[in-house]
Amino acid sequence: MIPDPLSDTGHPQAEVVAGTSPGGTTGIVITPGERVADPWAEGHHPPAIGPWKLAARRLRRNYVAQAFLVLFLLIVVACLLAPFYASHIAHIGPNTNNVTGTINIGGKTTDVVSPDGVPIGPTFSSRYFFGADSNGRDLAVRLLYGGRTSLLIGGIATVIIIAFGTLAGLLTGYFRGVADMILRPLMELIWSFPVVILGVALGTALALGGIGPVKGNSLYIPAIIIGVVFIPYLGKPIRGEVLRLREMDFVEAARVQGMGSWRIMLSEILPNLASMITVFVPMMLAYAILLEAYLSFLGAGVQAPNASWGTLISDGLSYIQTTPTFCLVPGAMLVLAVLSINVVGDGIRDALDPRAQVRVRT
Amino acid sequence: MARFIVRRMASAILLLFAVSIVVFAIFEVIPSYNPARAIAGRNATATTVAEVSHKFGFDKPVYVQYANTMKLIFTGQVIDYNDNLNVDSQFAQRFPVTVSLVVPAALIWLAGAVVLGSISAVRVGGLADRGLMVAAILGVSIPVFLLAAVLLYLFAFKLPWFPNTGYVPLPDNPAQWAYHLFLPWISIAILSIGFYSRVLRSNLLDMVNEDFVRTARAKGLTRRQVFNRHVLRNSLMPIVTMFGLDFAVLLGGAALVTETVFNLPGIGQYEAQAIGNLDVPPILVGAMFTAFFVVLFSAISDIVYALLDPRVRLTA
Amino acid sequence: MTEPLLNVQDLQVSFATEDGLVRAVDGVSFTLDRGEVVAIVGESGSGKSVTVMTLMGLTRSPNARFAGSARLHGGDLITASEEDLERVRGKEIAMIFQDPISSLSPVMRIGDQIAEQIRAHEKVSKAEALDRAAGLMERVGIPHARARLRAYPHEFSGGMRQRVMIAMALSLSPGVLIADEPTTALDVTVQAQILKEIGQLSSESDSGVIFVTHDLGVVADIADRVLVMYAGRLVEQGTVDEIFYDPQHPYTWGLMGSITRVDRDPPRRLPAIPGQPPSLLRVPDGCHFRPRCPHAFDRCREVPPLLSRIPESLDHLDRCWLDLADKRVMREIGGRFGLAEGDVIK
Repeated sequence: MIPDPLSDTGHPQAEVVAGTSPGGTTGIVITPGERVADPWAEGHHPPAIGPWKLAARRLRRNYVAQAFLVLFLLIVVACLLAPFYASHIAHIGPNTNNVTGTINIGGKTTDVVSPDGVPIGPTFSSRYFFGADSNGRDLAVRLLYGGRTSLLIGGIATVIIIAFGTLAGLLTGYFRGVADMILRPLMELIWSFPVVILGVALGTALALGGIGPVKGNSLYIPAIIIGVVFIPYLGKPIRGEVLRLREMDFVEAARVQGMGSWRIMLSEILPNLASMITVFVPMMLAYAILLEAYLSFLGAGVQAPNASWGTLISDGLSYIQTTPTFCLVPGAMLVLAVLSINVVGDGIRDALDPRAQVRVRT
Repeated sequence: MARFIVRRMASAILLLFAVSIVVFAIFEVIPSYNPARAIAGRNATATTVAEVSHKFGFDKPVYVQYANTMKLIFTGQVIDYNDNLNVDSQFAQRFPVTVSLVVPAALIWLAGAVVLGSISAVRVGGLADRGLMVAAILGVSIPVFLLAAVLLYLFAFKLPWFPNTGYVPLPDNPAQWAYHLFLPWISIAILSIGFYSRVLRSNLLDMVNEDFVRTARAKGLTRRQVFNRHVLRNSLMPIVTMFGLDFAVLLGGAALVTETVFNLPGIGQYEAQAIGNLDVPPILVGAMFTAFFVVLFSAISDIVYALLDPRVRLTA
Repeated sequence: MTEPLLNVQDLQVSFATEDGLVRAVDGVSFTLDRGEVVAIVGESGSGKSVTVMTLMGLTRSPNARFAGSARLHGGDLITASEEDLERVRGKEIAMIFQDPISSLSPVMRIGDQIAEQIRAHEKVSKAEALDRAAGLMERVGIPHARARLRAYPHEFSGGMRQRVMIAMALSLSPGVLIADEPTTALDVTVQAQILKEIGQLSSESDSGVIFVTHDLGVVADIADRVLVMYAGRLVEQGTVDEIFYDPQHPYTWGLMGSITRVDRDPPRRLPAIPGQPPSLLRVPDGCHFRPRCPHAFDRCREVPPLLSRIPESLDHLDRCWLDLADKRVMREIGGRFGLAEGDVIK
């Protein structure tokens, strides 16, 4: 609010103002009748940029998001290389028990698992880098394999969510009628259950007997459960957006042109949903990985002998007093992975959001 | 207003009915196992299985099964065959513990969110604002059980400031009751405070640009008056609806894992143990129980919202 | 000469944005006396709303820059502290906004909202404030006022809501009443009633009224004096007769030319002023209207000062370099005032 002496505005009683504008151009003398190009005749407009390019530009300026993207990719790569790590660095598989084994640390020979059942902590060497679990298994190896499982389940679930959520949203939003009468209450019903409870219920029920040809301890069970549980979280917003879009003139125009319903849905409405879907992908991935962790922690998700970050945390909880790394290291990995996804997701959302406010530094 | 309440409760009851069908279906229809065997437990003898089958009506048509299952649940006759306990009475016994955990935690989270959200909106870009942004994004990236484990490790083991287990009922010793529950309360509250205060902050900032806020300022009200009476009041309304639902969800998820980590003898711990053992009866009852709470609280928060925003009463 | 009620001197308001400095108000000066109605007229983006909002202190933000003064009762509104402004708002200077639907809090009862303003400035009980609120509502022509105190804004029609806004604004008999396009969002029939209310009530409380509008019909109806704004500057100022019967600035001619008059034959095509108002980020040097003015010449590259160029009307000011005699010829097009088309220097 500090009054700033603005230059060159002319006082009501002042006489002639010098002929330079704030921009610095000098006056040009015109004689009446002469046509001269006047740069002020029409407003200057910058060349138009589409929303995607604009978003990409904004994203490129977001260094935090880029850093976390790199972090996430590193985690993914590390987990994918789990078999390599197991065979070439740790020289032990994820499920190989080694309760009675010993290891050489700095010259001393120590039990991998002490006589009273306490596993060793991190050695920061190639074997048992993060220590062992209660069965003498190499935690670092299990961490990477578990990560693979968590990420895989999260990824499959996300694909299910995006595919079916979009479909459900499109069908109920565009066609209304029968689709709306069946799918919509179904979505509302699923949505009204807290995700953990629904996931737990489905998880325990299906872990026991599987469903159809899929066996109880298959990794697809948690993936499908998590996918189904979250479908309404995408389906409902998409439905709302489709409802809004179908009333717009360009859809009316397409209909008048004679385009069939499916074509309109795919070529007119779906592209307009693209930015909403793009924002949801990282969000759903984060939710899926977290839900998987909850379910596996409780025992309703990934079943033994498979491991995921959730099961590792659960296993490690009993040893938190003696060997905290057993529980906290998988926890840290989980948090880093989900945090990275969330930061990148926030960055994408900010980049696509036309209402992004910028504070001008003065 | 009364009509609105009646209508809302009616649709809640319908939803409860639908929910019960879903839970029933999950456990007794969808899976590929023999539900009687699953309910009868791992050590079931043939007679137990037959007994279960008869009680639940698995030899009868689906709707009879449904009716029987509901009857059993509501009359408190569901038995956990693994340790021969009546599930419903276990729930009743453990309920106060869960309430002691969940209600104060929710209050801390709500109060914290209002205070921190308001501060960060009033001082945009300040320390509180930016700290909250970080806290919010961390909050949605950390599962409750992990934070609980970390707090347990740091403040109960590494620094023995708090007890690491156990529960003291409120009537016995309020101070001890709070002392034992403090870390669990913080575990639950912290993660949600970040997110909620960001939502409130965003509502507040949007509100500031509203025309009626401009009118309020033009009337000569002080900034504090404008904030309290117009901005905050209008911004809290969506928070209220969200809160109602999240509170119920809290019962279903966070309570489960927090009680496990801190070894509190509540409903959540009971359910968690049952899940770990793939023991069906408690999970069945638990799912029904929590889902009921969600529907109830969703209806309550809609009613509270209508109380606060008169426009809603006409349209609902 | 008595001190005018409100004295605005060389008011300048700019906003720092990502794309540069936006000069929304560029040296506006005028006075307002008790009982008179001053209309500020101009297109969207001319700076008229920013001017009056600044008088209320509603444009203050980290990005805003102010210069000049606006003196009311001895104090300067532009440099006053927020606390001083709060004391003055609603009591000495009040405002009615354009959109009554969104200008009232949806969750508070109407009576409470009116009472809130009264109680913000006077120590009265809630009951007494509500009493006065009922009285005010009756004065603005709201039937069943006492019962309606407990109603919510969404239960009122647009015209009623605007009457409530008027009641609120005049509740403490402010010296200055600002009306920012109060009838734009209303039906034409309601518009007439509202204008009458404003006129009547302000003369009853002897307030000065600043009426912002883009509708010249409204101006002709109620204004005593007129300020014409273009691209942030005041380009002409005078009594309503002077503006309508002896307009001096080409922009004003364009405005006059674009209205249909009952006492003349309707033109075959409604004339519009060719071109667009300039972006306030890059205003033309010299006269802001130069790019669209068919009569522009080389001197127009210098900013024309706001002066009286008519010896008989010293209070009729304008910003145009053209000769008085030339103007009186140039502005006549087909028997009415207007802006010549074609020959615009590009």
